[in-house]
Amino acid sequence: MAQASTRNRPLSPHLQIWRWGPAMLVSILHRVSGNGLAVAGLGVLLWWLGALVSGPEAYATFAGHASAWYGRVVLIGISWAFFNHMASGLRHFVLDIGAGYELDRNALWSVITPIVGIVLTAAFWAALLLLR
Amino acid sequence: MGNGTSIGRVRGLGSAKTGPHHWLLQRFTAIGNLLLVLWLIASLLLLPNFSYEAVREWLVRPVPATAMALLIVSTFWHARLGMQVMMEDYVHDHANKFACIAALNLIAFAGAGFGLFCVIRLALGGA
Repeated sequence: MAQASTRNRPLSPHLQIWRWGPAMLVSILHRVSGNGLAVAGLGVLLWWLGALVSGPEAYATFAGHASAWYGRVVLIGISWAFFNHMASGLRHFVLDIGAGYELDRNALWSVITPIVGIVLTAAFWAALLLLR
Repeated sequence: MGNGTSIGRVRGLGSAKTGPHHWLLQRFTAIGNLLLVLWLIASLLLLPNFSYEAVREWLVRPVPATAMALLIVSTFWHARLGMQVMMEDYVHDHANKFACIAALNLIAFAGAGFGLFCVIRLALGGA
């Protein structure tokens, strides 16, 4: 009975129905970057620490992969995921206190947030390469 | 589900009353992640190089070892909470959802345990 009435309920429209807006994009990027960090970011962190404990040879293997082109792609991706997730996470803190829901202000910060993520990623890699 | 009794109608459909606790923990660990990952990024930028010797010498010291241990706890906790929400949104079958969240718990604890073991072993000079 409960199941039959559940099946007859109207379905809410999904992604392809809505007109795209910046708030949707920043929400999706928050989820993608967060789950990417959880899998790839924490995975690489554990590999790095494990290699450090296992000794110089294991560490050299890790460093070899990390400095290869595909390793750089992964590391740049992880750093982007962190800075993007940090920027949209800080936006969530502002929304949590009940601020920033006016349509134009919400759209403005939804546009600024992913740009901040990209700028901080570029700044991080510039500092990393220039300081060495 | 759905034999006509009240419990049959609401089982699996209503609030479990654990939402606010999950939501708050997500925020608390987010604050921890913000501080600790920014510490890690600053530390990486200040390291002379990423050689085995340089990284070890930095990480075995008491404050970096403590911060790294706290980072592992905070990030794995936050990741576990976040991935649970993703699974609840996308895995609709009750049995599959339960299996996914059970696996997530095991992997999150195993990962955090391995990370903490590595930091402690480094800091106490066992390796």
